[in-house]
Amino acid sequence: MKEGFRQAMAWLHTWTGLIFGWLLFAIFLTGTMSYFKEEINHWAQPEVPVRAHDPLASLTLAQNYLQEHAPNAGSWFIRLPEAREPGLSVGWRVEGAGRRGFIEKNLDPATGAEVQARETRGGDFFYRFHFQLEMPHPWGRWLSTFAAFIMLLGLVTGIITHKKIFKEFFTFRPGKGQRSWLDGHNAIGVLVLPFHLMISYSSLVIFMSLVMPASIIASYGDNTRAYFNDLFGASEEVKVAGVAAPLLPLPALYQAFQEQAPGSRHGWIEVQNPGDQNARVRFSRHGGDGIAYQRGGGWVFDGVNGTLQNDSKTEAVPVVIAGGMYGLHMGMFAGPWLRWLYFFFGVAGTAVIGTGLVLWLGKRQLKHAKSGTQPFELRLVEVLNIASMSGLLLGVAAFFWANRLLPVGLEGRAGWEVNSFFLLWTLSLMHAMLRPGRRAWAEQLGLAALLWAGLPLLNQLSTGQGLIHSIPAGDWAMAGFDLTALGCGLFFAWGARKMWRPPVLVAKRAPKAAKAASANLIESEVS
Amino acid sequence: MKSKAAGLPLSYRLAVTSRCLAAVFGGYLLAAMASVCITLLAPMPKAEAVVSGMMLSFLFYLVAFLWCFASRSAWQAWLGVLLPSLVLGVINGLAYWMKN
Repeated sequence: MKEGFRQAMAWLHTWTGLIFGWLLFAIFLTGTMSYFKEEINHWAQPEVPVRAHDPLASLTLAQNYLQEHAPNAGSWFIRLPEAREPGLSVGWRVEGAGRRGFIEKNLDPATGAEVQARETRGGDFFYRFHFQLEMPHPWGRWLSTFAAFIMLLGLVTGIITHKKIFKEFFTFRPGKGQRSWLDGHNAIGVLVLPFHLMISYSSLVIFMSLVMPASIIASYGDNTRAYFNDLFGASEEVKVAGVAAPLLPLPALYQAFQEQAPGSRHGWIEVQNPGDQNARVRFSRHGGDGIAYQRGGGWVFDGVNGTLQNDSKTEAVPVVIAGGMYGLHMGMFAGPWLRWLYFFFGVAGTAVIGTGLVLWLGKRQLKHAKSGTQPFELRLVEVLNIASMSGLLLGVAAFFWANRLLPVGLEGRAGWEVNSFFLLWTLSLMHAMLRPGRRAWAEQLGLAALLWAGLPLLNQLSTGQGLIHSIPAGDWAMAGFDLTALGCGLFFAWGARKMWRPPVLVAKRAPKAAKAASANLIESEVS
Repeated sequence: MKSKAAGLPLSYRLAVTSRCLAAVFGGYLLAAMASVCITLLAPMPKAEAVVSGMMLSFLFYLVAFLWCFASRSAWQAWLGVLLPSLVLGVINGLAYWMKN
């Protein structure tokens, strides 16, 4: 702790950034990947065919399938194919089996035949890891929310620390070692600042009822259900009448939905009590329909006579703001271009954290450059930097390689994909402990480059759906994944090449006065 | 930074630890109290007031956190989070009592 407000804030920025930087890097990287969750899902299950969209035909197929396989289920769920996720999936809850008894099947949207897709968690794994960190509930959510708060704190302390925010924004001095890292850290941080602020504040809002429940308790006591019912409307379960009555054809209800809400998209279609007098068909709201996310609601039809049961209610201002934060964070409303912008902003967030970690270490290593030895703490930070950054890249690549290489019939296959992610991540930590710093960076980035750039080839060899097939077929989700993996691989190769060479020592070439001045600058802004 | 930190006295380290605890737990207490205060006093339907209180609470947490490291001493850090918490707690108690 130093004298003065700005120094104190710089101190706070430095140390909270160091302690949470490794975790935040992983959270940001997996969160960035989650903007393409559906595309990753598609890549991870190449068996799911891409067909021309015909919602009415698909609905008929789904209804026939469910009528045949689950006539007595309490409720059915149907998800129609969309541009981003081509599969038709149906699900039902087995009577009396509780929450566990949910069965989901993938169908071919053109024929209605079951698709035997490989067992995988796909993009959902990274999405879940992003906020649950593979920890038991609710600790992962608590930790990731606290990390988000530290990110917000880092942004605010960073702004306070950063005196000449506009002047330095246009300053980038490449090839100058430590100075370039600082310029890069500042430029990326400021350029994407609105995104960073939005993404970290909205993550707090998303989990506010978990982490800040005092208000709920003060107003509702123990009855938290009443709070959620007030907020989103009670989900009324209609009782079974016990009188059999045929369900209307779902395509007819689909047309009624389109007349009710022209231009609206829908999410899951849920059929409660199929085959009963009291059947209800709900077209739930699509998460990407408008920026503000609305929970609950949707359009409910009587499944026997087809009358509309309720209308979606309008929501109050604070609820819309909270829903808006949620929607902005998830970006479900975003079309392809905006989605890519989200992705690059996410990459920028990851880069700000990464450059910050590198800066912390580099500045302190300079002091020990002459003696050639470094104290234990610096070595520890170095190892953790390498393992948390390049190691994570290796882990993610391992997940995708396992997705293609593990036998389709393997017992617990999805679990083994996750295991290979953690296995390679752990190995990279051990590797970082054994090898000298720059060499460890170079070797891990080199391997990451090979693994990532090799993914399109692996995809082609193992499934025949590589770029040669996907681009002419117009399967842009598949092709986009392969091309992105290739691009990442090239970028890592560039990084590995940089690390392979001996470090550039600018300090020696610079005149003494300039050197002292720049050292002071760094000192005053980073320490 | 042992090489540098080795020269730092124990009292300094304890003070930093104390500030951290004040920031994390004291700050949370202040944020929770502020959240409840907004919820109970805002002229809105119950559920909306709860949402508003929770959303704004994080700003209080942020400011409390900054305060704990900007204040002149660790004692001041604690005072700066506990005193407002106490005041808000009393207001909350009164508001709760009048509502029920």
